Amino acid sequence: MAVRKSQSTLTPAEKRAFVNAVLELKRRGAYDAFVSTHNDFIMSDTDSTERTGHRSPSFLPWHRSFLLRFERALQEIDATVTLPYWDWTTDRTPNSSLWGADFLGGDGTGTGGRVATGPFAQGSGNWTLTVRPDSRNYLIRRLGQGGQDLPTRADVDAVLAIATYDAAPFNSASAGFRNSLEGWAGVNVHNRVHVWVGGTMSTGMSPNDPVFWMHHCMIDRLWAAWQSRHPGQGYQPVRSTRNVVALNDTMKPWKDVTPADLLDHTKFYTYDNAY
Amino acid sequence: MSEDTTTTEITRRRMLQGAVVATAVAAGAVALGLTGPAVAPANGADTEGGDSFDEVFRGRRIQGMPMSGDGHHAMSGYMVLIDGRELHMMRNADGTWISVINHYQTFTTPRALVRAAVDSLNGADLAPLAA
Repeated sequence: MAVRKSQSTLTPAEKRAFVNAVLELKRRGAYDAFVSTHNDFIMSDTDSTERTGHRSPSFLPWHRSFLLRFERALQEIDATVTLPYWDWTTDRTPNSSLWGADFLGGDGTGTGGRVATGPFAQGSGNWTLTVRPDSRNYLIRRLGQGGQDLPTRADVDAVLAIATYDAAPFNSASAGFRNSLEGWAGVNVHNRVHVWVGGTMSTGMSPNDPVFWMHHCMIDRLWAAWQSRHPGQGYQPVRSTRNVVALNDTMKPWKDVTPADLLDHTKFYTYDNAY
Repeated sequence: MSEDTTTTEITRRRMLQGAVVATAVAAGAVALGLTGPAVAPANGADTEGGDSFDEVFRGRRIQGMPMSGDGHHAMSGYMVLIDGRELHMMRNADGTWISVINHYQTFTTPRALVRAAVDSLNGADLAPLAA
């Protein structure tokens, strides 16, 4: 069984293996297909129309499946690789080893925020952005400059205490755990991490920054933490509901998996430590 | 994109916008859009969702206008341009706005949204939007 670990505990060899698998996926062209898929849903998921990847109940299972597909693609290159998670309640500064030149590279430099160190600096020759919202073909970060702090342990605990998974109208205005975790209402956890990293991570093409996967791995871990705290609660809606994915509906674009199929992550992997 | 193409595109948008305004008037709605050459609001106050604007911000021409009709315009009811290129935007259920450049934070008006995008772009050009 694959074990997903905190990025802070990875050995140098494990960091190298992860980075090299990501670079190889990029070299093969498959990485950019993941970026395209994400942005397609960013653009089409709206509060009043069909919504699947974001601002809707299936935010969590959709990203769980998205991460699993990405992880499997990495494992086809190197079977030892699993997705690390970034616990931003503890690794909270631009000085974290996460941003080291031997791992994800550092903060952006200058007014443009161009990342200049590490394997994902465009100057390394291996990381040119092709699916992007503007003319800049390089990775951009503005760590901590977006005016929003990373979530604290207290923020996360407050969200995990919400008993209801999701509620009508099942969009960015909903009360419930999912929307507070995603960040459109209440305690904002997920959205503000994108804003804290800034630059490329602020855009619809955010998977261009490999930290996207580690951030969403943490969000995925928090979904599991919520489930363990509320064993009597479950995914909503259960019954067919206009414009959103119900428990047993298949999810686009894959159409081969439902939220119900994904509720138990231990069928696929475990976490080194439960939150 | 050449200068000619840009100009043509803006003109087409303006025509489209005129049609939107005419429709709104016919329906008895309050039409806030412009029917002639666009001008910046005289009072400098930030715009509400229904107003148009056309100004230069940090050296970039930014425009906003009510829209209706096809695609995502029908959902957001508004369109913003930076140097003639459309910035993909969306309206949230609470009335705030997000764009593809700042997707994970909300803005209270389209003008605040497009100005934030100009800041983030730092001189870069928007990629053309897919149809």
